Amino acid sequence: MTEAIPGTRVRLQVNGQPHELDLDNRTTLLDALREHLGLTGAKKGCDHGQCGACTVLADGRRINACLVFAVAAQDVEIQTIEGMSYDGTPHPMQQAFLDRDAFQCGYCTPGQICSAVGMLEEFDQGWPSAVTAGEQPTALEADEVRERMSGNLCRCGAYMNIVPAILDVAVSSARGLTPPGPPAPRSAAPQKPPAGGAAPGSRAVTS
Amino acid sequence: MRAFEFVRADTADAAVRTVAAHPEAKFLGGGTNLVDLMKLGVERPDLLVDVTRLPFGSVDVEPGGTVRIGTNVRNSALAAHPAVRTGLPVLSQALLAGASGQLRNMATVGGNLLQRTRCVYFQDVTKPCNKREPGSGCPARQGVHRNLAILGASEDCLATHPSDLAVALAALDARVAITGPDGNRDIPLAQLHRLPGDHPEQDTTLRHGDLITSITVPPLAFAERSAYRKVRDRASYAFAVASVAAALDVDDGVVRDIRLAFGAVAHKPWRAHAAEEALRGQPATAASFRAAAETELAAAETLRDNGFKVPLIINIIVRTLGDLAGERS
Repeated sequence: MTEAIPGTRVRLQVNGQPHELDLDNRTTLLDALREHLGLTGAKKGCDHGQCGACTVLADGRRINACLVFAVAAQDVEIQTIEGMSYDGTPHPMQQAFLDRDAFQCGYCTPGQICSAVGMLEEFDQGWPSAVTAGEQPTALEADEVRERMSGNLCRCGAYMNIVPAILDVAVSSARGLTPPGPPAPRSAAPQKPPAGGAAPGSRAVTS
Repeated sequence: MRAFEFVRADTADAAVRTVAAHPEAKFLGGGTNLVDLMKLGVERPDLLVDVTRLPFGSVDVEPGGTVRIGTNVRNSALAAHPAVRTGLPVLSQALLAGASGQLRNMATVGGNLLQRTRCVYFQDVTKPCNKREPGSGCPARQGVHRNLAILGASEDCLATHPSDLAVALAALDARVAITGPDGNRDIPLAQLHRLPGDHPEQDTTLRHGDLITSITVPPLAFAERSAYRKVRDRASYAFAVASVAAALDVDDGVVRDIRLAFGAVAHKPWRAHAAEEALRGQPATAASFRAAAETELAAAETLRDNGFKVPLIINIIVRTLGDLAGERS
């Protein structure tokens, strides 16, 4: 004879859609997304908050979905990588990762992109970093990106292209930081590297 | 993971009553440490009381200059708060030196103070650990102790407290407001964490059901001249091997006043009273900074693999105080 496992009818708001799920309280937000809602973009890397592969946005702020119980994530708007594109058009950050070939195996990529989108929003709001010290940064530089993105590990070592991809979006006028909406104007989309490809990191400079 | 009931608290009183009535209940804040420890089987609550919706989410500068930080303020929000960035740089820098952007967005101030040690034996339920299982023994003394305590440890436990934030708060003479089954009280942060002694299972002086509601930082005339320096095994997103929080008041080349605390060297944030006393009235030179640091570290007890922390922290102290003294001139 076993005791009933404590569960909750959990209301989640994901990519603009409401969901109701009957979940064991032990279910993390990451497992709810992947195993119950079929949103397998957020990845389970370490499952201990050490790798960032599970990064999603909660009310626009990047978090590790593996360290939140789904039952504690009610009443916040969750955005996953599946909610980044709009009507088949990639989010500018997704497009920049494609243009820069900013991945190898791709496992960390959804977390990298969600984290980068949240990071740029933080930067826009003037949040400091360990690199910034007491100064107010005016332009995002490569060392700032590395520090602010240190919660996302890439075991393939694609950082050489990840940093330039993020800087591409940072310097463009259309960051598309809000939940899904109309695509950014074409003129403001990240520019592709010149034919033959830029040398890795060659544009990893501030504007 | 052990199954658990979940409730969200509407009031602090209800949260305290609920946890106090359940011996194996826990408060849930940002969850960045507790959820991880539950996955590891180190923490096994049968009830979680989510306190993140309680109205303790603001940073307020009170008349007179005291900064009151609600327990639910997220680490990233506190680090970015204008009063903290400019008025208490040591606090902002300590927060930004910790964890990752994601974790700082999740972690609450109260939860940060109550996080558990990252000693590998504590986190591995297949190993003995006096902190996790009192009386089971401590393999660290003979085993993996490179990043464990050099000050205030006991035969039973070598654990270090992992928080960066707590080190800055210790230097700033912060106080902790608590509501509990026996009512409200307000204690110095220095009396929140404890040394391991014979009871390493007790990280703090809190009783079951005690809930931190806010942290206050009293005004300090020279707090703007403060800094946090952290040394770790990689450039970002790692716990400290050693860290220093310092505020320095130099007048005409002489140390008028100082606040100094260390992290990653003891079971609690280590306030360096001996070094502070040794430095007051002394010339603000590298020689006197080094002499004061050596005075504080005279009490250090090192083991096979953690002796490097003594010269390391002395060097960090000299460097940090030198930088602060230089800013003054």
